[in-house]
Amino acid sequence: MRDFPEHPDWLWSSPQPKRSYDVVIVGGGGHGLATAYYLAKNHGITDVAVLERGWLAGGNMARNTTIIRSNYLWDESAGIYEHALKLWEGLEEDLGYPILFSRRGVLNLAHSLQDVRESVRRVHANRLNGIDAEWLGPEEVKEVCPIVNVSPGVRYPVLGATYQPRAGIAKHDYVAWGYARAAAAMGVHLVENCEVTGIEVTGGRVRAVETAQGRIAAGTVALCAAGHSSVVGAMAGVKLPLQSHPLQALVSELLEPVHPTVVMSNAVHVYVSQAHKGELVMGAGIDAYNSYRQRGAFHIIERQMSAALELFPIFARAHVLRTWGGVVDVSPDASPIVGPTPVENLYVNCGWGTGGFKATPGVGWCYAHTIAHGEPHPLNAPFSLERFTTGALVDEHGAAAVAH
Amino acid sequence: MLLIPCPWCGPRDEAEFRYGGQAHVAYPEDPAALSDEEWARYLFFRDNPKGRFAERWNHTAGCRRWFNVVRDTATNEWVSA
Repeated sequence: MRDFPEHPDWLWSSPQPKRSYDVVIVGGGGHGLATAYYLAKNHGITDVAVLERGWLAGGNMARNTTIIRSNYLWDESAGIYEHALKLWEGLEEDLGYPILFSRRGVLNLAHSLQDVRESVRRVHANRLNGIDAEWLGPEEVKEVCPIVNVSPGVRYPVLGATYQPRAGIAKHDYVAWGYARAAAAMGVHLVENCEVTGIEVTGGRVRAVETAQGRIAAGTVALCAAGHSSVVGAMAGVKLPLQSHPLQALVSELLEPVHPTVVMSNAVHVYVSQAHKGELVMGAGIDAYNSYRQRGAFHIIERQMSAALELFPIFARAHVLRTWGGVVDVSPDASPIVGPTPVENLYVNCGWGTGGFKATPGVGWCYAHTIAHGEPHPLNAPFSLERFTTGALVDEHGAAAVAH
Repeated sequence: MLLIPCPWCGPRDEAEFRYGGQAHVAYPEDPAALSDEEWARYLFFRDNPKGRFAERWNHTAGCRRWFNVVRDTATNEWVSA
């Protein structure tokens, strides 16, 4: 485990926004910052502003559970998440900034015969896509993570797990700051406290955004607004097939290192890792109803804790330190939407639902390519808005390793 | 936890309910006549406002009846039941 670096006073400058930019990115979270970075680095496009209504990376980038993996079933998902994972593996060197990417593996537990069959199928699908994946029996699960209760006597016994050794966690704030610093160094303007309140479209083409700091003209507008994508899309008359829900997570007090990997369980529904400082970080599913409030109901937490206790009896005497919520935008097939819209030069990146953090470098890379070339990168082409009309869904609902 | 105003049973805990999403989405009168785009709109596109939202709930652990309410999704306050 590495030491934390000193926190510098300033990692990026905060300029007054200009009246006009080639590219305006709406949303200064991980995806927006990564997109700006790869626009500058890969495509030489530096006349870019990232507009953030609050402070940088203060939305879902500050609220996720930082799990990074690429063991998705479908080829399309495997493609973009594995691209992201490969970028994660070299990101510290690329950004010249520590992000504390800790390769510690992920176990996705199977609790029923159906779980076992789907898991083994996913292992084979992953291997065909060049992604590291293994099927482990209960005793092997115990070897990887000794604190998991694999006794057959529990209500939902652990019958085995898929294991992706290259998966891990990273320090989410450092990821954002690393991207912000590197993008700002190449000339990107990062503008905080600059809520977008309107999008100007004339002749079917985007022209400018109205903001809390005045009108800003834009050659291209790229949305990275996560839970608020529907609201921002509506400003340009673009309706998106999204529903915004609260998603909660929590941490325990700081504990000695007890949990060496990441454990996810779809059936009893909890996911757990131990952060670098020592908190147990846990999450589960969304609250059922639509809401833009960054909080959810306690019975969701309660169910999550009962699931965690069944899997990890050792947690019984740990205390919850803090719970919180974010707003996630869920699409009908639980896959993202990344690409052009019916409005010329307006692009969307949304619908990541509960799984956007792990994709940060991959989607930034592909979205920047889409913006620079005016057409999707091959890895995000399947995640078009048109797929809901053509029917070519990427149905990760039920196919992914964990429910959304 | 939401305290949901069931019109039949009064205010009850959210845990007694199942969510039904946007209210007043009618099944198309003649589905076969729709274009792919119109069918997609019916099948996949729902309103997602930050503000007043007419939605459906089912009181599954109570009277088991469906009902519509309007809730403000920015505040979670009930606007009308």
